[in-house]
Amino acid sequence: MTKILLMGNPNVGKSALFSRLTGVRTIVSNYPGTTISYTRGFVKLGEETAEVIDVPGAYTLEPASEAEKIALKLLNTGDIVINVVNAINLERNLYLTLQLLERDTPLVVALNLWDDTMHRGIDIDVDKLRELLGVPVIPTVAVTGQGIKELVENIPQATSPHLPVSTRDQRWATIGSITDQVQRVTPRRHTWLEYLEDASVQPLTGGIIALAVLVSAFLVVRFLGESLIGYVLDPLFTHLWAPVVLKLSQLMGGGGFLHNIVVGKLAGGEVNFVESFGLLTSGLYVPFAMVLPYVVSFYLVLGLLEDTGYLPRLAVLMDTIMHRLGLHGYSIIPTLLGLGCNVPAILATRILESKRERFIAATLISIAVPCAALQAMIFGLVGQQGGQYVAMVYGTLFVVWIILGFILHHTVKGFSPELLIEIPPYRLPPWRTVLQKLWMRGYGFLAEAIPIILGAVVVINILYFFGVFDAIANFTAPVVTGLLGLPKEAVSALAIGFLRKDVALGMLAPLALSAGQLVVGSVVLAMFFPCIATFVVLLRELGVVNMLKAAGIMVAAALVTGGILNLIL
Amino acid sequence: MLDTKHMTLTQMQGGQSGTVVQIQGGRGLVNRLNALGVIPGKRITKISSMLMRGPVTIEVDRVQLAIGFGMANRVIVKPD
Repeated sequence: MTKILLMGNPNVGKSALFSRLTGVRTIVSNYPGTTISYTRGFVKLGEETAEVIDVPGAYTLEPASEAEKIALKLLNTGDIVINVVNAINLERNLYLTLQLLERDTPLVVALNLWDDTMHRGIDIDVDKLRELLGVPVIPTVAVTGQGIKELVENIPQATSPHLPVSTRDQRWATIGSITDQVQRVTPRRHTWLEYLEDASVQPLTGGIIALAVLVSAFLVVRFLGESLIGYVLDPLFTHLWAPVVLKLSQLMGGGGFLHNIVVGKLAGGEVNFVESFGLLTSGLYVPFAMVLPYVVSFYLVLGLLEDTGYLPRLAVLMDTIMHRLGLHGYSIIPTLLGLGCNVPAILATRILESKRERFIAATLISIAVPCAALQAMIFGLVGQQGGQYVAMVYGTLFVVWIILGFILHHTVKGFSPELLIEIPPYRLPPWRTVLQKLWMRGYGFLAEAIPIILGAVVVINILYFFGVFDAIANFTAPVVTGLLGLPKEAVSALAIGFLRKDVALGMLAPLALSAGQLVVGSVVLAMFFPCIATFVVLLRELGVVNMLKAAGIMVAAALVTGGILNLIL
Repeated sequence: MLDTKHMTLTQMQGGQSGTVVQIQGGRGLVNRLNALGVIPGKRITKISSMLMRGPVTIEVDRVQLAIGFGMANRVIVKPD
């Protein structure tokens, strides 16, 4: 089958174009480096079906990051390249185009973001550009679908002019002469978005904007999440689902092994959705009524931040601080993604240039950045004791993040490169991509979490039944009780934390912990060990040796932090 | 080739424009800056710089770039 590659500089709309061509949904955002792996889909070319691959962005064919290495590797496997070019910035984008034209793979150029050229006073002579490059050039607007049909029709006309291999300076000279001939730029006044762009990267106004953005993001996530739980999901479970479960409980005789797995333990003939721990009680309530609302509200807000183009500006503001942790500002993006789920966050560290940075960033994320599922449970359980205890959990994790980053920066060999990024223009978020992303991420959460949560509930019941937890509890009591000040049964929660941290925190609920113990338990659970999904990704991205190092750091840091918290609280 | 009017990106004022003269650095640095469109002869405008040796933001060919302090210090510009 013909293999078509979508290649181009970062943040020119390759993924948006890919979605248009193939109908496959992908995550589209407004910052360079959204796509760090590749996605495949199919497109009809007349009678034939061709495979399309959405390749991570690259500025040149000399890779500077992991994502660019992947792009180069993929290039060697393709039959046709659709080179997606940012029409706003031909000067830089054409460099990759020229490099591609020196190769044998046939090429079509998609001049994307075409609509932006009009209101930015840029006039491009497409016919002339086509003539100079010697390949089809099609203006497109991927977000609205303009030009896509014409692009598809022109794919069979893709050719390679086999340009002679040139030096860097020769290529820049060629680009200069091309842009002189095809492009006319009329200067025009700043728009209000552009004034806002400039203000966002000034120290004073930028700091104020960052604070306002982050605080309102937090408040919106909290408000939306709480409202969904309080007004929609909790009432549904309590008023509609609880009576059904009670009926079933009676049918099953009100007790016994199977009853405990399906319904769980009833307290005084009432369903307690958090503590009962049956498949139909906690097994459904935890993912749907405690975690999902926060997953939805978090990803809605994150999606808006991603699509406006604010995140790279936050990276600029955070750069000086992040350097103290051995990272540069751009690692704030994987870190923020980690507040949703650690798995995509660790994958996103591929946008960082060096192995050292990736190790530090991935380790810090898996230790000190709690995912949305865990955070939802922290809000739900610790929050009942009072907001100050939730603040304690977050404060501790933040201090751990800083101190551990500082230690890693001074112990891990090598040095971290400096920040060098493109800052995209601000855009009003297209609702279609925001909602589509939200749907993909929410659905993705349910598809991955539900089977593991239900499995965990069964496993927990079986292990309790056979007294396995009691045996472990006695064995680990010196650490759990002596060091952390938790009841020895809490070890079962730490063990289940390897499967799902949300369920694990739920297991602390029936233990009647004090507020201080809940804080210790939440912090240790967050830090102690990654959940299985994160573990697998860490192993794949870091390799066995570095994964073991990271795991060692996690266990040590969790015990030290938990021990100190226990002494203080 | 360097005359007294030349300065580095970090020395420029916010809002000031100029022409890139030279990138003083190894191949790696030159390649990475070139890839983002910072090449000798280009017109650039400095937008801002962060405090405490933070990154410098510039505009080249209608695109904004953030460049770490150390790198920005090696980009020599002839201001207008």
